[in-house]
Amino acid sequence: MILAAQNLTVPGRLSGISITLRPGELTAICGPNGAGKTTLLRALAGLEPGPVRLGETPLAQLPPRRRAQDIGYLPQHAHPAWNLTAEALVRLGRLPHRTSRAEDDAAALAALTALGAAHLAPRGVHTLSGGERARVALARVLAGNPRWILADEPLASLDLAHAAALLAHFRALADQGTGAKTGVVLVVHSLAHAMNHADRVIVLHKGRLAADAPPAVALSEDVIEHVWGVRAAWTGPAGARALSL
Amino acid sequence: MIRPVPVLLAALALAIPLSLLAGQVWLNPLAPHTANALTILAELRAPRTALALVIGAGLGGAGAAMQGYLRNPLADPGLFGVAPSAAFGAVLALALGLGTLLPLAALAGAAAAMAALGLIAGNAGSSNSTSLFALAGLMLASLSGALTSLVISLAPNPFAMSEIVTWLMGSLEARAWHDVLLAAPPTALGLVLLLRAGPALDALTLGEETARSLGVEPARLLWCMVLGTGLVVGAGVAAAGIIGFIGLVVPHLLRPFTDQRPSSLILPSALGGALLLLVADCLCRLLPLAGGELRIGIALSLLGAPFFLALLLRLRSELA
Repeated sequence: MILAAQNLTVPGRLSGISITLRPGELTAICGPNGAGKTTLLRALAGLEPGPVRLGETPLAQLPPRRRAQDIGYLPQHAHPAWNLTAEALVRLGRLPHRTSRAEDDAAALAALTALGAAHLAPRGVHTLSGGERARVALARVLAGNPRWILADEPLASLDLAHAAALLAHFRALADQGTGAKTGVVLVVHSLAHAMNHADRVIVLHKGRLAADAPPAVALSEDVIEHVWGVRAAWTGPAGARALSL
Repeated sequence: MIRPVPVLLAALALAIPLSLLAGQVWLNPLAPHTANALTILAELRAPRTALALVIGAGLGGAGAAMQGYLRNPLADPGLFGVAPSAAFGAVLALALGLGTLLPLAALAGAAAAMAALGLIAGNAGSSNSTSLFALAGLMLASLSGALTSLVISLAPNPFAMSEIVTWLMGSLEARAWHDVLLAAPPTALGLVLLLRAGPALDALTLGEETARSLGVEPARLLWCMVLGTGLVVGAGVAAAGIIGFIGLVVPHLLRPFTDQRPSSLILPSALGGALLLLVADCLCRLLPLAGGELRIGIALSLLGAPFFLALLLRLRSELA
């Protein structure tokens, strides 16, 4: 089921964005600060009013709970107000499904296990490190088994090893299964991450679509110079490219 | 971990007989020779006990829900306009010499505050409705407080003024079954609404935006909170005047014994609120005081205000 925006405009932040995202793809949204990346992600998640549709249905017409079953959204900052256990926090991802407690517990544990975080289940989330918290937050989204995962800078507070592990998870989510595949959309700041791991890159510049193409095209040196205003060169082999200024 | 609900139920099972027997005239169940023992029990102690349970449960449960809604351990259902507005309605009835209409006037005051809160915060779009709710509630509380003072200062005679001031202090003294019948249905309905809001309050733990992404509808939740707390607090003020701090203290004391989800705190807080109000009311009855018994509203404020300050100091050191 596709996720598509048609001439999406959010006054002062986004202007005339038309994109069609497909399941099974890992899409990276890149752009300088203030380009409208988070606004676009929020609109795709149905949190910002706009002409976005899931399959043939406009998001605005989907009941909120139905939308939440299909689209999992991971904001950049979500400091939990209360010191829930990691398990209780992950179980919140089951809220749109209204299933039994046993099913919710199983899904929460499966999501934590998939991210190698099952041992964190009984810990209070306020006691977790940044990397642990990021994994638990993602597990919360995974526990809901959404068809679309939309994450806003999920790698921002992570060190190299954790960022690589989380990227591998996103990659596996997009690739997994032979039936209904998951679509993954990430806002990322690191152009190297986008270049090496995404199937497709959307570049925003001043609220407009500057590029929407495979990474090698969308993040060409010319596009980088035009959008970020710096002259940079890609070095290294495909899959492990680095940007040198 | 200690499971709070069975412990609180056991404590209530002990406190209820105590409340039925304790007072200026002690009833001894083993030596039933006290004059008018049955009348005292059926007409004074039983309704008073029932009312303490109803109002305490409502305030405790509403406090837990309110703290979850505002994501703040310092929130108290009495702080957000409904209780002061209900009190203003009641005070107006007293000043106009319409004492018999007092409960209805208090409920009308609560309803007006609920409607104002819902309209101000509910029409603000879907983001930040919790902050608007808190700010609008504080303004309503301030306005109601000023209007109450105005009515007191314009009271027709010293007796009316004294009656108003005494009523404002909050008390369960000399309450009858009709007070229980007035307070119980709205409180029960309010608590059901708040319990139903539980899962949405859990989601709100992660912030309003994430809660929306989990299918929570902020406007619906807001109305659920306004109606739930409004019914509970309005009924409490109508039957017993202003009784503060239960909604603040009880959820805070019980939170460590739950998994900290707001939904898992509402029922224990309702039981804990009932227990606290019942025990505090027993102590007020027993405390020797010239000129009658200590008003429960004053007693709880004396207990609650230092608790609130201690909580603030602890939060300050945690944030430092």
